[in-house]
Amino acid sequence: MSGMVEKTGKATWLIHLGLIIGIGIVCFPIYLAFVASSVSQAELVRPPMPLLPGDQLVENYTRALFSGINAPVWRMLMNSMVMALGIAIGKIIISLMSAFAIVYFRFPMRGLFFWLIFMTLMLPVEVRIVPTYVVVANFGMLNSYSGLILPLVASATATFLFRQFYMTVPDELAEAARVDGASPMRFFIDILLPMSRTNIAALFVILFIYGWNQYLWPLLMTTDPDMNTIVMGIKQMFPSGDDLTDWPLIMATALLAMLPPVMVVVFMQKLFIKGLVETEK
Amino acid sequence: MTFKGWRLPVLLILPQALITAVFFFWPAGQAIYQSAFIPDPFGLKSQFVGFGNFEYLFSDPYYLASFKTTAVFSILVTVVSMSIALWLALMADRIIKGSGTYRTFLIWPYAVAPAVAGVLWLFMFNPNVGIASWYMDQMGYDWNHKLNSGQAMWLVVLASSWGRISYNFLFFLAGLQAVPRSVIEAAAIDGAHFWRRFWTIVFPLLSPTTFFLLVVNIVYAFFETFGVIHTITSGGPQQATTILVYKVFSDGFVGQDLGSSAAQSVVLLFVVGLLTVVQFKFIERRVHY
Repeated sequence: MSGMVEKTGKATWLIHLGLIIGIGIVCFPIYLAFVASSVSQAELVRPPMPLLPGDQLVENYTRALFSGINAPVWRMLMNSMVMALGIAIGKIIISLMSAFAIVYFRFPMRGLFFWLIFMTLMLPVEVRIVPTYVVVANFGMLNSYSGLILPLVASATATFLFRQFYMTVPDELAEAARVDGASPMRFFIDILLPMSRTNIAALFVILFIYGWNQYLWPLLMTTDPDMNTIVMGIKQMFPSGDDLTDWPLIMATALLAMLPPVMVVVFMQKLFIKGLVETEK
Repeated sequence: MTFKGWRLPVLLILPQALITAVFFFWPAGQAIYQSAFIPDPFGLKSQFVGFGNFEYLFSDPYYLASFKTTAVFSILVTVVSMSIALWLALMADRIIKGSGTYRTFLIWPYAVAPAVAGVLWLFMFNPNVGIASWYMDQMGYDWNHKLNSGQAMWLVVLASSWGRISYNFLFFLAGLQAVPRSVIEAAAIDGAHFWRRFWTIVFPLLSPTTFFLLVVNIVYAFFETFGVIHTITSGGPQQATTILVYKVFSDGFVGQDLGSSAAQSVVLLFVVGLLTVVQFKFIERRVHY
């Protein structure tokens, strides 16, 4: 049956070739960055740059990690890690709770709460940067982890996702819990949370990448180089004069910046795809 | 089935409600409020101007140009990233063995931050050390995106599209795999060749996915490409790559023109609202498919 549509022999090879070319194009910028992070500055400034890795790999990465330009890269990696984990875990916890309240209770102003949260669904921080910055500055939260994390925790995607999921949970489970005399919190912790764990994991993958890759917000929030996250810190490594750019160091930093989220996507591919499809539903 | 009581649910919803109120509604309200004022040069007091900031904005040639730039930019990003992704997904859909490996290699650029993607492309096209600019120079084409507006636009479009291919690829592949095999087999038996099958059967069945991706990619190009623009061109040369979100930033933080920046935020609020409505109208429809 499949022979009818799936061409064999030459045609299949052409498709494989096409895919390999596609992957080559998609991966080339990263390969080039890798090569640049493994050679010396002198080799780079004489174009064309080499296309095979050099012998300065360890030297460049050590220099980036432990001295960097404005701040050592390990410090920026740590800041990014705190921010990404804070955003992902914070969003998941407050969303699990608020979705539980919305689905399993009827309380005054429930509809209002729902719409207030729901309205934040699509409003990115980029749109309201100046006033949000003022609010955070008034709280004295500039150059702090809470200032980096809290404004980005206010989003409804996760709440919406958990709401959808809870609504598919059979009524009988909550009914049984109530008949057994279990409190709502018992039901939430012993039954609902374990049932949600794949959803939680999938969402965590997406939110971790989201948090890690933030750029504009940390750019405004962190004037102290020691609080810079790695994604925004790279741009700060460029000098004002173009000819002095330390490309090997910057490219090493760029690769270090993409490593954690890329690892998450590659090693948790199934959860990643599930999360991606569900957050967009 | 619901539980009784109202204290517990209010307590449960409170953290999110508070954070949303403080970091979302308060700033959004501030933006709307400030958009009606012009602060004096010393920032001591503001003068009420009503819709003055908006009137000024929509007669400001730079702002109108930024609208056009945003439109051109987002259309190009959407078209470039979606067509490459569809091409790759069509091929990946046709092979049986090894498609998992190809998928892995194609999806991981999703995890690369737009700002990092910007740095990678800046490096390739840097007029002094970039490999792409060097080869173009050898072929007699002068590349300098720091001076040439058109080249600057293409560079930010390419860098923004590059990171987006993975996402579009995944959704196109899922859409293609949902097309019933039997329909395609039947068309093949009738002698329809690949492109005919694609245009008459696959593409129409794929249209929900395509429409969904169109909206999502436009939202992406509007709001999430700030990092690309900031790292590669900083909106230049001569504001040729200043998209709306970048202008809110550069007027508000660099130019310290708070009234105008607030008015621009409000305009963007409307744009977001509009796109949300479009998306939800569509999602409602998709549920009934």
